Amino acid sequence: MVYEKRLDGRKFDELRPVEAKVGVVDRAAGSAMFKIGKTIAIAAVYGPRQLYPQVFQNPVAGVLRCNYNMLAFSGSGERVRPGPSRRSKEISLVIEKALLPLLDLSNYAGAVVDVFIELIQTDAGTRCAGICAASMALADAGIPMKDLVSSVAVGRVGGKVVLDLSKEEEDYEGHATDIATAFSTRIGQVTLLQMDGEVSKEELKKALELAKKGCEKIKDIQVKALKERYVGGLNE
Amino acid sequence: MNDITKEHLLDLFDKGFRYDGRKFDEYREISVEYGISSRSAEGSARVKIGRTEVLAGVKMEISEPYPDNPDEGTIMVNAELLPLSNPDFESGPPGIEAIELSRVVDRAIREGKALNFKKLCIKKGEKMWIVMIDIYPVNDDGNLFDAASLAAMAALKDSKFPKVQDEKVNYKETSNEKLPLERLPLSCTIYKIGSHFVVDPCIEEESAVDSRLTVGVLENGELCSLQKGGDHGLTPDDIDNMVEIAIKKTKEIRKAL
Amino acid sequence: MSNLIVAEREIVVPGQELAEGMDFLPGDYVIRDKDKLIATKLGMVNVSGRLVRIVALNEPYLPKRGDLVIGKVVGVGIGGWRVDIGWPFEANLSVKDATSDFIEKGADLSKYFNYGDYIMAEIVNVASSKIIDLSMKGPGLRKLGPGRLLNIPSSKVPRVIGKQGSMIGLVKDYTECKISVGQNGTVWLRGEDPKKELLAVSAIRKIELESHISGLTDKIKEYLESKKDGL
Repeated sequence: MVYEKRLDGRKFDELRPVEAKVGVVDRAAGSAMFKIGKTIAIAAVYGPRQLYPQVFQNPVAGVLRCNYNMLAFSGSGERVRPGPSRRSKEISLVIEKALLPLLDLSNYAGAVVDVFIELIQTDAGTRCAGICAASMALADAGIPMKDLVSSVAVGRVGGKVVLDLSKEEEDYEGHATDIATAFSTRIGQVTLLQMDGEVSKEELKKALELAKKGCEKIKDIQVKALKERYVGGLNE
Repeated sequence: MNDITKEHLLDLFDKGFRYDGRKFDEYREISVEYGISSRSAEGSARVKIGRTEVLAGVKMEISEPYPDNPDEGTIMVNAELLPLSNPDFESGPPGIEAIELSRVVDRAIREGKALNFKKLCIKKGEKMWIVMIDIYPVNDDGNLFDAASLAAMAALKDSKFPKVQDEKVNYKETSNEKLPLERLPLSCTIYKIGSHFVVDPCIEEESAVDSRLTVGVLENGELCSLQKGGDHGLTPDDIDNMVEIAIKKTKEIRKAL
Repeated sequence: MSNLIVAEREIVVPGQELAEGMDFLPGDYVIRDKDKLIATKLGMVNVSGRLVRIVALNEPYLPKRGDLVIGKVVGVGIGGWRVDIGWPFEANLSVKDATSDFIEKGADLSKYFNYGDYIMAEIVNVASSKIIDLSMKGPGLRKLGPGRLLNIPSSKVPRVIGKQGSMIGLVKDYTECKISVGQNGTVWLRGEDPKKELLAVSAIRKIELESHISGLTDKIKEYLESKKDGL
């Protein structure tokens, strides 16, 4: 069946509603919330701080350590069993790799910068939402970076290339293609790319163009949220 | 805690001042927000006490009743001290502090008979509902005990049964039927620092605590759970004092629910 | 043709373009990418002449030689002390840099500085991220007594201190508190009157939160003045 109209009525190149807020965890060095559709991620940054065991230390630069976790009640089905799973460990790894190329940790030799990402509610695109939140939290913490990282999923649903799949679209006719991406839109680099499903070479090209446009819109929202933290100041 | 800070804090207390200027029996502002994960959880809530923030969510599953209580459902409470919420919390399986926190919350709900377990039984000896409450601090600025207790009760209050189809849970639809929540036990923790009793300590005060008593209190003022913690002992007079404060303060906390 | 894309004191984010052309030079937290200058931190733009730099709004403390810092004694050894200065690695304070008094070899050093003591010390050497040496020889360097500790981002310390100590002087005058500010962002504070001490705390928090706003000294003075009657 040809996918003529999206299940939730969006245009094919339209994001779900996005909200972002910086400074949501007072005790952290930096923190942020990122919401896209019904997916809600929060991220907090601690460090640079000591890293043990010593074998994990990098003598010439700081180490980035990301931890992605779904709260037990945040899944769409049964309760998510607490603790790391193979899935959450792999996602933590690819999030690290999505952020690291933009960070400058050269001042923090031997230390670690920790990023904790918690999913409060999930509805597709959780790793992308986690990356968006983490990138804002790192900027809030004052870790030097060459650009913010923006992230969104694209894919093929019923033969159509679409931006920011919802859970219903991921499940569409049992075989949608889901491509998670992250971009530094300024430098034009892709730092996350994972695909489940099938596409042609041409469709992939089109999908990445769409993803970049989506990331540009997301970046505007990230930038706005970072600046809003400092508008006005404290009112007594 | 740092000795210089504790010494100073005790000096402030002796002059009648809390670390942040509050009265000894004064809570910070309490707020409750319901349905913070309404797409995913059967019930959920966010509790803020000052800058302390705790999330709680309820998921429900169908399981076989325990042989000793074939006509009852049950609850399970789990708390995790997320390293996101406090630089001193470490990654890994729940440590003893997290286990104590979840068991203290569990005790008040279970012994306070908040839920009618009989009404959580679907078919005697075969099927029951198990109500799983997960609690997470997002920002720890002290007094997680009371915030966790309030968040758990708020999440239960927010909860609805999921739909059941072909004897299986269909999590995509809710039934609009609320849980059999019959009583609302709430915890109030009284902390002893030096010779002073305080409620709702901020993080600096909490690290100076000598002992604490968490008291589960029902709407009618009856007690339903107790947990003494901390490295120092309490006299029976201390306990009498602390219980009195707890009964008074839970009336106040209850208004937020 | 070179031109500045942002305004003086504008708040910018990492990755934001600040200037085009080769006439401007990158200062703190600014990098050059081809003909563009790019910010690498969330902060405020400061242009002086051709130099474009960012004043960070929040950042981890980075130890520098000459910094006066407040640290906590976390180790007592044979030759000196280990001190936590809010940096991932502990700094060293050797016996010879701790005091001019003669300390006998093998003496119990905890009599001088013990676990949990707080000290105001100077960083005299940063050999690497892991090798940082402190000294207690200098005016104002001492063991701190009972008091309250606050942590502020190290990037805001210059604002809290103010020009020639004007800002912190203002807070001290109004609140009669003793205040020491470490460049690592640790602030030690004690007042005889708890109400005045709490006012000093909220004034420092206000400076921290509004550090990017111009005319801050006047604002803080106004704030302290308005609260004076309540004391």
